[in-house]
Amino acid sequence: MDMILEIAVSFFLVTGGIFGIVGSFGLLKLNDPMSRLHAPTKATTLGIGGVLIASILHAILAENHGSVHEIMIILFLFVTAPITANFIAKVHIHRHETPESLPGAGEDTCWATHAIADKDEG
Amino acid sequence: MKLLRRALPHPLLTLLLTGTWLLLVNGWSLNSLVFGFLLGWLIPFVTAAYWPDQPKMRAPFKILAYIGVVIWDIIVANFVVAKIVLFKSNTDRKPAWVTVPLDLRTPEAITVLAGTITLTPGTVSADVSDHGHALLIHCLDADDPDAIRDEIKTRYEARLKEIFE
Repeated sequence: MDMILEIAVSFFLVTGGIFGIVGSFGLLKLNDPMSRLHAPTKATTLGIGGVLIASILHAILAENHGSVHEIMIILFLFVTAPITANFIAKVHIHRHETPESLPGAGEDTCWATHAIADKDEG
Repeated sequence: MKLLRRALPHPLLTLLLTGTWLLLVNGWSLNSLVFGFLLGWLIPFVTAAYWPDQPKMRAPFKILAYIGVVIWDIIVANFVVAKIVLFKSNTDRKPAWVTVPLDLRTPEAITVLAGTITLTPGTVSADVSDHGHALLIHCLDADDPDAIRDEIKTRYEARLKEIFE
């Protein structure tokens, strides 16, 4: 029983670690700012997720008490990570993209970042 | 009923805050339940100014199915993106901007959709159009941008529309 438990915990730890490394490697390897933004999303989802699942399993099986803190960490990460990514993307659009370099905004005239930039100048 | 409405302006938020408190305490006792409920009852009054109108949920239990779909997609997409990062050279990779026209109208639903898109590796939601009728999405590697747009619309947006609208 202990054996299976240890294998399960180490499996999740190693998975989390691998995705953490791949995420960091992606940051180095990808060559444009918007693509680089994709790399950390992997580290936050499966990378942290794997480590936290290992932590829950370890608490239940080795320390004999339930632990739900980890679920909160996952929840907070899942709520905050997209906001951060969105802010970085908005800064990129603000500084490096023009309304012409992006695809059209469907039935609206332009993207929100450019709409505000136009207002500031006008 | 009216009195209950005034005493508990945001029953869902109260429930969520109570649950959050119990998770933070990391244990079950009557003490923490009562204190959590007290917080869950007070905080909606303090933050009422930021919730001008309450999001209505038509089918709250479908959220569970939605979370399941999203977690599954996150796991699958992680492997896909890991493969792209490790084995695809930068010159072969085709990053692309994709416009996703929105059928959703409530801000809460659009926020959840944008968050989901960012969390599934391979796509990041970058911006919303000035009147909120389209999302701008960046794809890490898109051979067929239209297919990605259609997948987001059928897989996530349709489900969110059932839940929120």
